[in-house]
Amino acid sequence: MTASGQPQTAARGARRQVGAARAGLAILRKDLRAELRAREAVPAMALFSVTAFVLFHFGLDRARLEGDVAAGVLWVTILLATVLAVNRLFVAEREQGGMEAMLLAPIDRTAIVLAKAAALFVFLAALEVLAVPAFGLLLLGGDLIGALPELAALLAVADLGLAAVGALVGALAAETRAREVIGPLILLPLVVPLAIAGVNATEPLFAPAGGPAELGRWLGLMGLYASVFMLMSVAVFDFLLED
Amino acid sequence: MYARALKPLALATAAVSALAFTMIFFWAPLDADQGFIQKIFYLHVPMAIVALLGFLAAGVMAALHLRTRDRRWDIRSYVAVHLSIILAVGVLVTGSIWAKASWGHWWVWSEPVLVSFLITFLLYAVYQPLRFSIDDPGRQARYASVFAIAGAAFTVLNFVAVRMAEAYTHPRVFSQTGGNMPPRMFVTFLVSLAAMALVFATLWTLELASKSASERVRRARRRREREADRAELASTARAGQPPATAPTVSASS
Amino acid sequence: MPALPLDAAGKYVAAAYVVFLALVLVYVAIIARKVGRLERDLSELEQTDAERER
Repeated sequence: MTASGQPQTAARGARRQVGAARAGLAILRKDLRAELRAREAVPAMALFSVTAFVLFHFGLDRARLEGDVAAGVLWVTILLATVLAVNRLFVAEREQGGMEAMLLAPIDRTAIVLAKAAALFVFLAALEVLAVPAFGLLLLGGDLIGALPELAALLAVADLGLAAVGALVGALAAETRAREVIGPLILLPLVVPLAIAGVNATEPLFAPAGGPAELGRWLGLMGLYASVFMLMSVAVFDFLLED
Repeated sequence: MYARALKPLALATAAVSALAFTMIFFWAPLDADQGFIQKIFYLHVPMAIVALLGFLAAGVMAALHLRTRDRRWDIRSYVAVHLSIILAVGVLVTGSIWAKASWGHWWVWSEPVLVSFLITFLLYAVYQPLRFSIDDPGRQARYASVFAIAGAAFTVLNFVAVRMAEAYTHPRVFSQTGGNMPPRMFVTFLVSLAAMALVFATLWTLELASKSASERVRRARRRREREADRAELASTARAGQPPATAPTVSASS
Repeated sequence: MPALPLDAAGKYVAAAYVVFLALVLVYVAIIARKVGRLERDLSELEQTDAERER
């Protein structure tokens, strides 16, 4: 998540411009601090994930999952948990009027979307630190360690894409009347490519025989997805924020 | 503006469609494996291609709307999305019929086109609810445009992803596109594609004509109401009395 | 699955094309209804114009 540290061009006029990086970091710090204090998003996501794992245990009537079923349960659960975070991403600004303050400040709007995406990325990473071991314990029967490096890489790249899409959808849904419903309805189809890539790449990692892991093509797809949506969010965010 | 293009478009559509139908049922050879069922292919695949292009075009028009702030691009984008959704439903239904006839099941997961369209349809089904849940018209148009752009990018990525997923688990059933299609089939397919594209263009122009006309009527009516209010104000002022009530605000149609 | 005999296959093919035709015709009907409303609004406008001229 890069942002230039250079001051805006003179074309912006006489307004004193705070560098995009500093502004972005400030917003990110605010969001992270708010989360640390309120402890709402990440614990909710973690709790949801563990509950989902329990549900899957009963729903699938299995004590141990392998291969594609294991991969599917893990990724679907993470994607559904993302919905919880996305719904909350802009709620604070809406309810406490922080959005107007941010918009009035002389900062590049790109900083806002990058900061929101970064916050979401951090939440997702925190969630996965909690949920993946829980998954290994509850449903994989404990042998997660071998798969860990590849899984971590897959989750990291997927989180980039989720962060970008989540920031976009969070902003889109924030202004609608039915935002708790519309948000997930938009987000879930949008992340299907990530689900496809994630599950297909993870399946050999969880297989008992440990088949060949074709990480390259799926990482490539997820990387492409993340790049496309990151660029798009940055390009389009201005139009979502203006009055 | 749009009505002038309608007549030549409609005529061209009728002509090419008639040609396509003739070619499909009287000229194209019968498929060796699938038999007569394969004729659905000339309907299903062009619908899919045109719907995809429609979603992409809607994305481009949405970007133009954001860039130029011209509301007309938003309306064009909206109609394109709307039509593509209808075509997507058609793709799913005809694909399902084909699956039933070919495989005995009303749905198959091994067909990337069908699966991709299901996901794409699920996404775009939220387009209209999103629009109608935003009251401010300017914001509604802008948010819808953002959605259309995201949707266009998604459609491409989704297709790639689904194709990659099915590629090495199930062999493609729909092996007619590309591969070794007999030339007569290919030409028939191209003509069918042209016909479908023309149908889309004609319906798009038709709906835009209708929308722009009703917008003009609405504006004319509002202008008259404002004039009537102004005349009423003037006449009561001339009569030396203040107006008893404020001019009524007419509900927008 | 072996290819269906012509009469069975024909029903499926016909169904598919009928679906397409139905979609197009329903769409045209919806537009036609809008145009009908347009004509009504226009005649309303013409009426108020005529009344104003009196």
